[in-house]
Amino acid sequence: MTETFYDVMRRQGITRRSFLKFCSLTAAALGLGPSFAPQIAHAMETKPRIPVLWLHGLECTCCSESFIRSAHPLAKDVILSMISLDYDDTIMAAAGHQAEAIVEETIQKYDGNFILACEGNPPLNQEGMSCIIAGKPYLEQLKKAAEHCKAIISWGSCASWGCVQAARPNPTQATPIHKVPGLAPKPIIKVPGCPPIAEVMTAVITYILTFERFPELDRQGRPKMFYSQRIHDKCYRRPHFDAGQFVESFDDEGARKGYCLYKVGCKGPTTYNACSTVRWNGGLSFPIQSGHPCFGCSEDGFWDKGSFYDRLTDIHGFGVEADADKIGGTAAAVVGAAAAAHAAVSAVKRARQKGGES
Amino acid sequence: MSTNATAAHKEEAVYVYQAPVRLWHWVNAIAIVALCVTGYFIGSPLPSVHGEASDSFLFGWIRYIHFSAAYILIVGFLLRVYWAFVGNHHARQIFIPRVWTAAFWKELGHEIMWYAMIAKQPMKYVGHNPLATLVMHIMFVWGIVFMIFTGLALYGEGAGMGSWQYNLFSSWLIPLFGQSQDVHSWHHLGMWVIICFAIIHIYAAVREDIMSRQSIISSMFSGWRTFRDDKPADD
Repeated sequence: MTETFYDVMRRQGITRRSFLKFCSLTAAALGLGPSFAPQIAHAMETKPRIPVLWLHGLECTCCSESFIRSAHPLAKDVILSMISLDYDDTIMAAAGHQAEAIVEETIQKYDGNFILACEGNPPLNQEGMSCIIAGKPYLEQLKKAAEHCKAIISWGSCASWGCVQAARPNPTQATPIHKVPGLAPKPIIKVPGCPPIAEVMTAVITYILTFERFPELDRQGRPKMFYSQRIHDKCYRRPHFDAGQFVESFDDEGARKGYCLYKVGCKGPTTYNACSTVRWNGGLSFPIQSGHPCFGCSEDGFWDKGSFYDRLTDIHGFGVEADADKIGGTAAAVVGAAAAAHAAVSAVKRARQKGGES
Repeated sequence: MSTNATAAHKEEAVYVYQAPVRLWHWVNAIAIVALCVTGYFIGSPLPSVHGEASDSFLFGWIRYIHFSAAYILIVGFLLRVYWAFVGNHHARQIFIPRVWTAAFWKELGHEIMWYAMIAKQPMKYVGHNPLATLVMHIMFVWGIVFMIFTGLALYGEGAGMGSWQYNLFSSWLIPLFGQSQDVHSWHHLGMWVIICFAIIHIYAAVREDIMSRQSIISSMFSGWRTFRDDKPADD
């Protein structure tokens, strides 16, 4: 029988007091009432740990790096033991054939009951040859694991949207998990971000364990509790935005005073994530707080939206790269000039006609 | 001056634009000016205001005017659509161009020739000419519908999940375009389409008022269309 989370935690020397703290903090992070803390504790004490297969496709491991840095109390002990992490090639002790045997074993032992956590995505071109794991395309491993899993977590922007390896022109045809053709139709939860916030990752797993289902998702499959608001909606620099106080360049007076970064291209108003509330590194800071505009890493296709320092998307296909205002302004100028020219010709024509009549 | 030009002629008058249509036209025009100016400044803000943030609400006011004008435009547009059902047949013209009739396309050709200064004179129209109808239908009617939909989708982002704007617009429009930033970009482009339309619309109205065979600008104030000659339309 698989041991419970509580068993593991106690075995690792965590006190019951710390354990209960973790439960109530997690309940708070999930936006649940205090009454949910005992529920979480109960689940942790009684439910067997969820086996997790953590597969890595095309990615940079920033999701794993973020995950193991969860600044939540007990992170290094609890988080990693919370889930029965059966396979994660980055942090597991086993290697080579030994490691790959675990994938097989997990699939057989927990058929239909394990969670498939995907970090990174598979390339589809050249039959997936651009990402090989243990001599076989990652695509095959992913499809097989998806066939037998209970549900899929798409960690990070790679698995959720495609991220940098899927940026134009995407030569390997890197494809986000939910768009992989022929993938078994399992429920998918997206936790986008490059990387996602550690506390968000752990909270999502805790929720799944406690309630044995996904948290409420938005239309695009992201957990509402963390992705229902934009960075902008809870930004601490928002009063400067409303006042009309903007950083014009990175070395000006406004930058020193901590004005709004809207004019230097902050994507806060178009980015759904929890950075401005949860923040990073244990609530220490987040990009905007450190004086740099948000560049929208948790948004679909953020690499392909032009400069990180412009708020408008570059529109391709006009021969030159231009944004909506340049194109529109040019169009308006052309129309205005055409109208003026047409008016002049009309006036000449009219004058001539009158001249002819008299 | 020729005697011809000032020859006595009988002015026939037809009541075309009913009061709600005229009222809507001017309210809508003012709203569009307010929306374009504030919208441009939302996209490209003015130089920073200095001093304490609590002393100023400049950007807040610009956005407030933008949203207020938007709601006036939306309510006006809905009433205008309603009036298309209950008003006279001219009120339906810009919503349903009669593209299924051969005459529409033939007269459209004639109007283009008139604007290309090949045709000697335009035909007479009680309502809009086919070219005007088509431009208004495509650039204005669909342009405004596009701006209302994308605008409400962007507004719904701020109003938050659970708001009717979010549920009815943001929830499906933002994924449809890709992401929020794409909707912003398209909303900017939409503004330029409306500005291009306004330039064409005002120029054509002034030109037609001078050169066509019927009144144009004053009709949008009085509602009455008068004709400058009593010759048949295709004379």
